Amino acid sequence: MIKEDRFLEKIADFCISKSKDLGSTSSNVLVMNTISENVNIRNKKLDGSERSENLGVTLTTYIGKKKASISSTNLSENNLIELVTKCIDSTKVTPEDEYNSLPDQELHFKGEKNLELYDNTHLSNDEKINFIKEAEEVAFSHDKIVNTNGSGFSETKSNFILANSNGFSDGYKTSQFTAYCEVVSKSNGSMERDYEYSSKRHYKDLLTPKQIGDSAAKLAISKLNPKKIESNKMGIVFDKRIAQNLLSTFASAISSNTISKGTTFLKDCLNKKVFNDRINIIDKANIKKANGSRYFDSEGVRIEDLQLVKNGILSDYLVETYSGKKINRKSNGRSSGTTNLYFENGDQSFDQLINSEKKLLYIKETIGRGANIITGDYSVGASGIMIENGKFTFPVSEITIAGNFNEMFKNIILADDLEFKYSTSSPTMLVNGITVGGK
Amino acid sequence: MSSFFKNTELDLNKAEKIVSETLNKCDDGELYLEDTKSESIVLDDNKIKSSNYTKESGYGFRAINGDVVAYSHSNEISEKSLRNSSKNLKSTLKNSEGIYNSEIKKTNQKFYNDLDPVDEKNLADKIKILNEINEYSRSISGSVKQVTANFLGERKNIEILRCGGELLKDTRPLVRINVSVMVEKNGRKETGVYGVGGRQSYDEFLKNDDWKKICDEAYRIATTNLESKASPAGEMKVVLGPGWPAILIHEAVGHGLEGDFNRKKTSVFHDLVGKKVASDGVTIIDDGTIDKRRGSLNIDDEGTPTEKTVLIENGILKNFMQDRLNARLMNTKSTGNGRRESYKHIVMPRMRNTIMLNGNNTQDEMIKSVDKGIFAVSFGGGQVDITSGKFVFSCTEAYEIINGKIGSPIKGATLIGDGPSSLKEVLMVGNDMMLDPGIGTCGKAGQGVPVGVGQPSLLIDKMTVGGTQI
Repeated sequence: MIKEDRFLEKIADFCISKSKDLGSTSSNVLVMNTISENVNIRNKKLDGSERSENLGVTLTTYIGKKKASISSTNLSENNLIELVTKCIDSTKVTPEDEYNSLPDQELHFKGEKNLELYDNTHLSNDEKINFIKEAEEVAFSHDKIVNTNGSGFSETKSNFILANSNGFSDGYKTSQFTAYCEVVSKSNGSMERDYEYSSKRHYKDLLTPKQIGDSAAKLAISKLNPKKIESNKMGIVFDKRIAQNLLSTFASAISSNTISKGTTFLKDCLNKKVFNDRINIIDKANIKKANGSRYFDSEGVRIEDLQLVKNGILSDYLVETYSGKKINRKSNGRSSGTTNLYFENGDQSFDQLINSEKKLLYIKETIGRGANIITGDYSVGASGIMIENGKFTFPVSEITIAGNFNEMFKNIILADDLEFKYSTSSPTMLVNGITVGGK
Repeated sequence: MSSFFKNTELDLNKAEKIVSETLNKCDDGELYLEDTKSESIVLDDNKIKSSNYTKESGYGFRAINGDVVAYSHSNEISEKSLRNSSKNLKSTLKNSEGIYNSEIKKTNQKFYNDLDPVDEKNLADKIKILNEINEYSRSISGSVKQVTANFLGERKNIEILRCGGELLKDTRPLVRINVSVMVEKNGRKETGVYGVGGRQSYDEFLKNDDWKKICDEAYRIATTNLESKASPAGEMKVVLGPGWPAILIHEAVGHGLEGDFNRKKTSVFHDLVGKKVASDGVTIIDDGTIDKRRGSLNIDDEGTPTEKTVLIENGILKNFMQDRLNARLMNTKSTGNGRRESYKHIVMPRMRNTIMLNGNNTQDEMIKSVDKGIFAVSFGGGQVDITSGKFVFSCTEAYEIINGKIGSPIKGATLIGDGPSSLKEVLMVGNDMMLDPGIGTCGKAGQGVPVGVGQPSLLIDKMTVGGTQI
């Protein structure tokens, strides 16, 4: 059973008051309990099960403008005293930093917690096995699916208390149910893998085993017997699961941390045109049951809805307390990053998008971490499917795609098929003028 | 004497009893106990941005029957918690009728000293050096606009308690020092990153002002990139420098030779043992026994002594890397590659220090033989798709080669290749083998473990370069 609030609060209170006794001027503590259970299957039979139970504390103490942190999983009183002592000792020898402080009290979250982020449903191991076994059975019912890389189901429940010496003390339970299926297709000496997964806060919101198995199988089969194409500049259609990565890169380029240090290609771009005027980007924390929803960030600061990009213009940053001070901006509750981040729908249908040029390359998978947020350069390995006259014709692999975000962002055209499958979501995206490295 | 039970009512005898009761009808399994302290001190933007100290302990209890693995872990080391885990394992492995394999090799081998990098140097001294690194790096040139530097230190104690009471132990120190420099000139920004590390004291890297070399190297890479032009795109010859570029070996063939993917037949290499998978002259080993290296271990995380495993010898595929589970199911012996990130993670076959051995060519010969291509000196991260064999890695320092001469630096480009075919396209193997500076972390199924790589210079006939210039 997941620990209840009162148990976690007791530990948090102890750390805060002990820190004060030992000389801290302020402090912040997170006490978190997570229990997760997962099962893995392979070739429709059980491959393994795992149960994990974690309870840990992370304490940050301040003495004036000095700060240090410590974390541990041993919560016995003796150990906690030792930890607080060690943390205070470390704080004393750490140099002052004028920007160190707890968040402004008036920014603390207060209010209702009604986003339905916790589902108490518990599945026994056998129920988990049956769910994911059905997905694999469906996948194997497709010709050419010859093997699996493993499929699994996990159920995770967490509870936490975040408290600071300015009187903030709050927390809440969350749950996450995840099912994935990864299968291997084979034909004429070619072997490919692909996956489908579904991850939701509520068990009932998951895709069905049939949907997961069918999708994984179709994706893996569609990649078989790929060709390599000639190097060329062309229009790339990014599948939703890849398009969201461009949005994540954008988010890391506008965090107050990178902005304050100048280590981003979007420095000095506030209120300037970064995308074309059809692009709007929103970050919204209070969508019911959504994976990215939360009430407050890791400092206890309430989270404002942000329109980060309006008609192509960069209109806000993602700000947390410390680096926000460096750029004279108040925290907008993003010390844990973005929440539910998404592009608003474009005005074209998927069909219109893939018919917009005679030849387009549809990218379903990229590999490598090829995004440089300092220069905006982008270069990754990729595989996908050729689109000719609006028809998907043949799979393509062992190619690279490269460009620079400054230019790519201005060329984005979005379809109208946004769905909230991930915490960062994009409709299908077309970007013209990307360099494909092939033969 | 075990230190794990001193603060609980659970003693070694009780733990032994629960382990034996749980595992006696299983094929394999163990109780893995871990006690780790670690620190991370980060200097960023002229300030000590964070100083974190972590103390963690916990256990992972594993039972294996046939090819089914049940795992339960917790950070509460108590009899109650262990009994709960035991119950959980038994509920997964219903009616297990295995015969416990108690065979495990003994060793006294030691590749690193029993030292404590976290406590042997005090925090104030580490902060002082980070500030010196910051000041020194900024003093190299006015173009240096940002410096980030960090110290990461760890001491991990592990004990492995097997059915029947056998207890295996290891104490592992690990440090890493990184410096990242951002330079700006005429509105253009570039970064250079360099780091060092290994299973030893910080002082090994700091003495005689050796840390200045880390800053100098980060600065050199950053300024080189300031002059870089757009990279060409398409297939061409590639010369790889010695040392760290061996992450190509790690991605292109290393992962594909891990036992689990081959037992499950999802690796492109699964039916290629004894077959030619690389050019003549290509010999690749995975070695856990090199003194003080980041990827070295006295015993792996199942208690098996590490060794020097020959993977490819003169172009022929010889062995896979094995943990106990995959070795048993493939009728062979563990090669001491059974590793896990921590007690929270299951064991998998993982690389240690993966190295291509020397050949006879010089780097000069390689460059001279190329009409049009690129010379890749350093890389950022890499990734591989085990099933299709496609791998990538991104250059952080590279140059064009034109008519046998090194030309301008080129912008960070991704290289993509095909694992099984790329090693057959090795045209020359250099005589300048170097190990990497000790900074590698390999990720697999969400677990990161420290690894090393090494290689001599290499000439590869063709790889696809992901630039923007056609």
